Amino acid sequence: MSDRQQIQISIDRPWNWKDFFFQWEWMLVAILLLVIIGNSMISPWFLTWNTFIRTPATFLDKAFIVFPMMFVIILGKIDISVGSTVALSAVIMAVSYNLGLPMPLAMLLCLLVGTLGGAFNGFLLVRFKELSFVIVTLSSMIIYRGIAYIILGNQASGGLPQWYSFLGWGEIAGIPFILICFVLAATAFGILLHRTTFGRAVFGMGHNPRTCRHSGVNTDRVIWVVFTLNGLMAAVTALFLTSRMGSTRPNVAMGYELEVIAMVALGGVSTNGGIGRIGGPVLAVFIVGFLSYGMGLANLQAPIVLVVIGALLILSVLAHRIRFVGKKKRNTAA
Amino acid sequence: MAKRNIVLTENLRELGLLIFMVVIAVAIQLRNPAFLRLSNLNSLLTNTAILGILAVGMMLVLVTRGIDLSIGSTIAFSGMVTALTVAGNPGLPPIAAIALGTLVGMAVGMVIGVLVARFDVLPIIATLGMMNVVRGLTYVVSGGRWVSSYQMSNSFKGIATGRTLGINNLIVIAIAVYLVAAWFINHTRTGRQIYAVGSNPEAAGISGIPRRRLIFLVYSIMGGLAGLAGVLWVAKFASAQGDTAVAYELQVIAACILGGVSITGGVGRLTGLLLGTIMFGILANALPLINVSPFWQMAIQGVVVLAAVLTNVMVRRNSERNALRRRAI
Repeated sequence: MSDRQQIQISIDRPWNWKDFFFQWEWMLVAILLLVIIGNSMISPWFLTWNTFIRTPATFLDKAFIVFPMMFVIILGKIDISVGSTVALSAVIMAVSYNLGLPMPLAMLLCLLVGTLGGAFNGFLLVRFKELSFVIVTLSSMIIYRGIAYIILGNQASGGLPQWYSFLGWGEIAGIPFILICFVLAATAFGILLHRTTFGRAVFGMGHNPRTCRHSGVNTDRVIWVVFTLNGLMAAVTALFLTSRMGSTRPNVAMGYELEVIAMVALGGVSTNGGIGRIGGPVLAVFIVGFLSYGMGLANLQAPIVLVVIGALLILSVLAHRIRFVGKKKRNTAA
Repeated sequence: MAKRNIVLTENLRELGLLIFMVVIAVAIQLRNPAFLRLSNLNSLLTNTAILGILAVGMMLVLVTRGIDLSIGSTIAFSGMVTALTVAGNPGLPPIAAIALGTLVGMAVGMVIGVLVARFDVLPIIATLGMMNVVRGLTYVVSGGRWVSSYQMSNSFKGIATGRTLGINNLIVIAIAVYLVAAWFINHTRTGRQIYAVGSNPEAAGISGIPRRRLIFLVYSIMGGLAGLAGVLWVAKFASAQGDTAVAYELQVIAACILGGVSITGGVGRLTGLLLGTIMFGILANALPLINVSPFWQMAIQGVVVLAAVLTNVMVRRNSERNALRRRAI
């Protein structure tokens, strides 16, 4: 508890150059530069404009979940059902298209399924307050993927229309469409988090939900909205992922929850809730993305990438804790 | 009064689960008479033994308000390490293989224990990370290859297929684990302290209970049991693969919850756990018998878990309301 208060105090202090330069984000920028330099040493073509601008399209699909997940983690909760939500909404979209639904409607259906999936989590959390987020999202994680398996068994569903591949592969003025969408989403969620009363309520609830409730924040609605947003963005990910892959299976997006949570934690969002800024996770998305891309360039097998991402999650949480403990000591000494 | 009330509720809950189990068994028996045959019951118990062993460890973790999502990977890792060792040294006695696997699992559990107990990393984060790290290590250790039946000595495979006193070894080991756990939980100071930590960590800390050490211990036990389960798994299926037991942790947690272990800590009994595990075994065993497609299994298990959790909440709310009403009079 006390480290949070200390952080809050340091945020409220007037601007000085020390605070400005000792920010986690600079660390992330440094790591990102290191990764980029490393990649360009592995492949001489990496730093050409064409490759560099197109690389993000290979990993940005899951990045859309990072923003709402950031809200969830600032609330002090975690949602591990997102990977399954992606699979379920992708499967329903592909199957309904193959059953004759026009593609635009199928895409809407996909978004609807994701939203409902998130809203169901929110409903359970609000209606049954005794349940922890762990058990709620764990059971919906099993159920959603289970439904995807019921619908499609062990098969793939594809044959989607040609124009749909624009989502994952298309470019506008040489810039990948998915990158433009990512920037738009980052801006929107950044404004929502840092410039609206809703965002303030999310931060407040991460620190102390009861105080928030007594100050007139509709805490139930905040939880509901945040988890619903998480489901919606999981469906957006499903749209891009399916477009990129051309078809879908019930076992797509396995382990996305881990990657997304790792990105958020690496971005300096405290898993204890209440702390985080939008810039961190955005940088973390590119760090993790370029890192796994680079490991692919270096011909490392997929399992090693698994190890690295898992270790990255643990290390970034550890680094976060050590940072807080260090700050606490400094503040109490002063 | 309140204490007796809680015990009564728990007994009622377990009775309810038992009745539900009987109803399901009868219903399945009507659909397929092969279900209650002795051979099928034997294979049901054999298949449930590993789940039961893991559920004991998971219960201890859940009692301390933690969760362990990494055990599927730990099973694969310890199983793979043991299988590679056995393939390299065919003369290795089975008991040494079991010890090796258990130690490997315990090492993984200790890493998680340090992260959670020493560095206060959230259990869900620490184990989610370790899940990937350990799974990746499994592939790295094996180089992506399988260890198949012909590479394993008969004595090693005998761990799972052999019999002691006419009962399959797996069942014997599971019963032994339960007996030790019953003694540990109910009759040792450490066991009781684990529950104290789970039901009120702050009070436990103030009363001088070594909270962090107990949490470390709990994850080490979980890791050790997962390692043991890994050896048994590999011996039973006579093959070690990189993707052994993917997402198996979900089933273990589900069995615990079905058995009345509360995820908010402090609550969980071995009798309930046993019922929950067998209930899960029945579901897994019977669904194919009554021609339910295997693709339905996951969703059904998920719905059963959610239903169990929600019923728990309802029952508890109800009993609390009754207690309040009694006080009002």
